[in-house]
Amino acid sequence: MKEEHSNLYTSILIDENTNWTLQEFSDFCSQSTDMILEMIDEGLIVPFGSSPAQWRFGLREIQRAQTAYRLICDLHVNLAGAALALDLLEELEELRQKSHH
Amino acid sequence: MEYIDYYKTLNIEQDCPQAKIKQAYRQLARKYHPDINKDPGAEEKFKEIGEAYEVLNDPEKRAAYDKFGHNWQQGQDFTPPSDWDAGFEFSGSGMGRAEQAGFSDFFSELFGSRQFNQGQNQSFSMQGEDHHAHIVITLAEAWHGAKRTFTLTKPEINTQGQFVNKQHTITVTIPKGITAGHKIRLKGQGMSGHGKGKHGDLYLEISFQENPLYSSIKRDILITLPITPWEAALGGKIACPTLGGTVNLDIPTNSQSGHKLRLKGRGLCSTSHSGDQIVTLKIVIPRAITDEEKEVYRTMAKIMPMDPRQNMKG
Repeated sequence: MKEEHSNLYTSILIDENTNWTLQEFSDFCSQSTDMILEMIDEGLIVPFGSSPAQWRFGLREIQRAQTAYRLICDLHVNLAGAALALDLLEELEELRQKSHH
Repeated sequence: MEYIDYYKTLNIEQDCPQAKIKQAYRQLARKYHPDINKDPGAEEKFKEIGEAYEVLNDPEKRAAYDKFGHNWQQGQDFTPPSDWDAGFEFSGSGMGRAEQAGFSDFFSELFGSRQFNQGQNQSFSMQGEDHHAHIVITLAEAWHGAKRTFTLTKPEINTQGQFVNKQHTITVTIPKGITAGHKIRLKGQGMSGHGKGKHGDLYLEISFQENPLYSSIKRDILITLPITPWEAALGGKIACPTLGGTVNLDIPTNSQSGHKLRLKGRGLCSTSHSGDQIVTLKIVIPRAITDEEKEVYRTMAKIMPMDPRQNMKG
C-alpha cells in the first residue's frame, strides 16, 4: 500500500502491493471475520500464509470477496454459488481477452 | 417528474400474481447484474429493476402505486395527487439506505422518505457507508500518471429525510502505472455518518477507455503491428509505437503472423512493478494488380515453392 496525495484529498492506492491482515481485510470489506473465514473455507478467497495470524490478503482477494458479497446480497445465491459464478466469470473474462487478440 | 411503469420494467402484466414478481425480478437481476453483465447500460438497468421490485414486491406499496391507475405511460410527466397515499400503511422495507440511494426521483417522491423519518431524533452514532464508483481513464494517463477531475453523483439525505442525488467534483492524482481493477481510496468522501459517526470512504475503481491501438492485460500493453512480407522474411529494425513514444523494434528473420515480441518494461510500470508491451506481428500481403506485380508472386512460387497445408492432408 502506498500513499498518494491529490490536491484535495488523501488517497490510498490499492494495488498488487496491498497485503492486509485478516482484521484489515475484514474492516475494508465491511464483513465480519466469520464471513471471511467462511469464504476461505469455500475456497472463494485464498490468502497467502499458513495460519490465520500470518494470512495476508491482496487485490485479487478484495475483488473476489466484494463481488461475491454483491452476488450474495443481490441475487440471493449462497457462498458456493457465488464461488462458482466468480470462477466462471474469471474464465469468461480470460476467453474474452484471448478472442480479442 | 416522470412516471415510471414498474410493470414494464419487470416485463410483467399488471395483474401478475404476487408470487411471480420475485421470479421475474430474479431472472432479470441475474441477467443485468453489473458484476455479470459488462454492457455499459447494465448497471442502470439493474437499478431500475431493483426499484421496480422494491415497489411491486411490497403489497402495500404495490397497492398504493396501482391506485394511480394503469393509463400512465413510461416517461409521462406526472404529479401524484396530494392524498394519493391516504388510507395506506407503510411498514418500511428491508432495504437499507445504500440500496435505495440511486433510485429515481419518482421513487423518492412517493416512498423514499417514509423509513428515513423514523427515529431521526434518536441520538445514535454510526459511521457513514463507503461509496464505490468506477472511473474511466486513458491508457496514456495510466502510463504517465496524471491529475484528473471527475464529477460524481453522490446520494445525500436532505432536511426532509429524502435521498437526493448531488453532483460533486473531485480531483484525484492517478499514480503512474495504475491498472484496470486497481482502486483508489479517498478517506472520508463516502456517505456522511450519523451523530458522531465518521464519514465513510469513497473507493474509485479504475477502468480504461478503449484505445484504437492498444489494449491491456494487467500490466502488459498489447498491440498488433502490421509488417510487410519482406520485413517479416528479412528481419530488421522497424518503428513501433508505445505509450511512451516510438521505439525501434528488432524483427527476427523469417517471422510469421501471430509471432509475439516482448518489449520489456514498456507496459504499465509503477515504482515497484513493471509491465511489458507485447507486440503481435501481422503480415500484410501487398495486392498484385499489374502484370509486373503478378510476375513477382509467380517468381516467388517458382523459387520458393511451399505447401502451408501439408499437415492438413487426411
